[in-house]
Amino acid sequence: MDNIAGQKSGLSIATHIATALLVLLWIIPTLGLLITSFRDQDAISQSGWWRALQGAPQPYVLSIPVDGQAQIDGGTWVVETNIFDTAAADLPQSVIDQASVDAFGISRLRGADTPAGETLETRQGVAVTLDADGNLRATSPEELTDLSIPVSLVAPPQMTLANYTEVLTDTTATERADLLDRGTTLDQLLFSDEALFGPFVNTLTVAIPATIIPILIAAFAAYALAWMDFPGRGFLIAVVVGLLVVPLQLAFVPITIIHEWFGIGKSFLGIWLAHTGFGLPLAVYLLRNYMVGLPRDIIECAKVDGATDFEIFRKIVLPLSFPALASFAIFQFLWTWNDLLVASVFLPSNTESTVMTRFVVTSLLGSRGGEWHILAAAAFVMIAVPLIVFFTMQRYLVRGLLAGSVK
Amino acid sequence: MPVIVTGAITILIGVGGMLAYFWLSNILLDRVFFPAKGENIGRNVRRATAIRPWLFVFPAIFALSLYLVVPVFYSAYLSVTSFASDNLAERGRFANYAAVFSDPEFRIALFNNFLWVLVVPAASTFIGLLAAQLTDRLSWGNIAKSLVFMPMAISFVGASLIWSFVYHPDPEIGILNAIRVTFGAEGGRTFIDGDVIDSLWLMVVLIWIQTGFAMVILSAALRGVPEDTIEAAIVDGANPFQIFFKIKVPQIMPTILVVWTTITILVLKVYDIVAAMGSQYRNVEILPTQMMQSFDSGNYGFATAISIVIMVLVLPVMIWNIRQSRAELR
Repeated sequence: MDNIAGQKSGLSIATHIATALLVLLWIIPTLGLLITSFRDQDAISQSGWWRALQGAPQPYVLSIPVDGQAQIDGGTWVVETNIFDTAAADLPQSVIDQASVDAFGISRLRGADTPAGETLETRQGVAVTLDADGNLRATSPEELTDLSIPVSLVAPPQMTLANYTEVLTDTTATERADLLDRGTTLDQLLFSDEALFGPFVNTLTVAIPATIIPILIAAFAAYALAWMDFPGRGFLIAVVVGLLVVPLQLAFVPITIIHEWFGIGKSFLGIWLAHTGFGLPLAVYLLRNYMVGLPRDIIECAKVDGATDFEIFRKIVLPLSFPALASFAIFQFLWTWNDLLVASVFLPSNTESTVMTRFVVTSLLGSRGGEWHILAAAAFVMIAVPLIVFFTMQRYLVRGLLAGSVK
Repeated sequence: MPVIVTGAITILIGVGGMLAYFWLSNILLDRVFFPAKGENIGRNVRRATAIRPWLFVFPAIFALSLYLVVPVFYSAYLSVTSFASDNLAERGRFANYAAVFSDPEFRIALFNNFLWVLVVPAASTFIGLLAAQLTDRLSWGNIAKSLVFMPMAISFVGASLIWSFVYHPDPEIGILNAIRVTFGAEGGRTFIDGDVIDSLWLMVVLIWIQTGFAMVILSAALRGVPEDTIEAAIVDGANPFQIFFKIKVPQIMPTILVVWTTITILVLKVYDIVAAMGSQYRNVEILPTQMMQSFDSGNYGFATAISIVIMVLVLPVMIWNIRQSRAELR
């Protein structure tokens, strides 16, 4: 609208910048943890995730064997070699393959204090040059016996999935190999007490039935409330609207007692039923709002043609309501997958039946609170499924939001 | 994985059972009890039509009553009959409420809850409105919206982890401290450390999540503002800010109110963020975390009393919602 009056102005640029800043502000927290989840445990504590792409300099002290390699050139002894070849024993393979020299020195005490490419000279007249590729040239008036130089090497950032495998199985790669050698099965590892894989499966087990069951119940009720005329209909709609905002906390004590009374206790069945009950108001409300908007002609024509309500519902209303059904399904799935509160109340606290959110809050934050490589990976195991659902079904989610807020 | 099997069976029983119920009950109604034939055909059809809606709504009514309506009254009943000790029981019907209200921790929680209700809906709605206006008619507006909206999909627990990492006291780990150090602060600071304003750091998490919701709804509302009112304002020489504040905002005020109340309701129920980020600090407690503490320790009288307090706080919004929807029905 800005350019209608012919003023495509600074305001438009300001809009772009402000939006970019806002978006940046909004994704940086998530991005930070996402990058962290792929970083090596040591790298996380050495440098911030925003430096992950630079790679962090790592200090090493290399002893370079020079016996027999030195040549006399015009009265001085000269050694020419590449540190990545000759000092291979002191370095991990990944560093040899990928790293470059950031700085070097000739005194162990002072460490690597000279940038790569420059020349250093000792009091004894030994001159050392080391370039970024690791080519070393040392000259000395006397025969060199050994050369020990501190270097600082920059390896390009290592992206690793090790954090994810560690959090899912509760073992590091070496521990895992060791345990598997000794006859532990992968199944035992994945479902061990402190592994996240078990809670992941439990979360799935909670979320799917708790999403599907309420849809059907709500669809029938929504049809009746939208298209059938009966006394008390307005009152029922008002009740549903009222129940939309009832705090769940209110139901915890009574439902716990009722479940105990029915012999359901704390169990998966209990949480499925609870989620069904708690999700129904939104389901009925959302679906009714949508169904009421369906064209009256179609439904009345079908009635005139002798279709029963059951047939109209099954053959006309249900297929036409697919968008609303999808939005509710997404809502309910996100809500049940992400829920901590209902799971804390209606599921037993043992490892076999705990869900991810609860596992993270009670186990991980307690026992491994400072280990961010574990926490970051756990967070993204937890977030991954909802994010996939979100980005693939965003259309329905938005539509549901627009229909679901009381106007 | 036997739980998965039980899950699958439950889905089958649940869905199959519901389908069987609807189908069989309709057949019973149409063929057995009130068949549309014979001498009473008119009466039968009328009765079947009168009963069928109730067949459709019965499962929903049953589940809603059992899981939401009954608990409201049962909780109210328990809060005046269930006492943790005989001592408390002797102090009369409302001893739980008296004890709850005289508990200093409850006052802190209530105060914090009011802070949350004051800050989070206002901030989310405001930033959401800003985001909606900014992304409106922007070439890459949909991508921007999608990214601001994304936290909606993230669980409160996940968001708490994400933000705990942002707040990390080590300037080499937490970006907020890194920024502070860049601007000359000395060393890292622990953000959630028992201060009075700790709650604000936790509120940021919920604002971060809820802004997307506000933005999506308000964005749709902005699109719905009639073009001619804006054009008229432009012709009259209004600048973009005047158009926004004097033309657009007043027209979408009802929607802003809806967003505000929806977030308020959510804020009253939020539990996970405080449980995940501030569990070791008393001063960030809110009513739901207090309620869960009493619940976990088996003090049902206390727990229900607090939940009734939350219910009372929600009540005005509930009544307003019902009136709105009734007005819409007419």
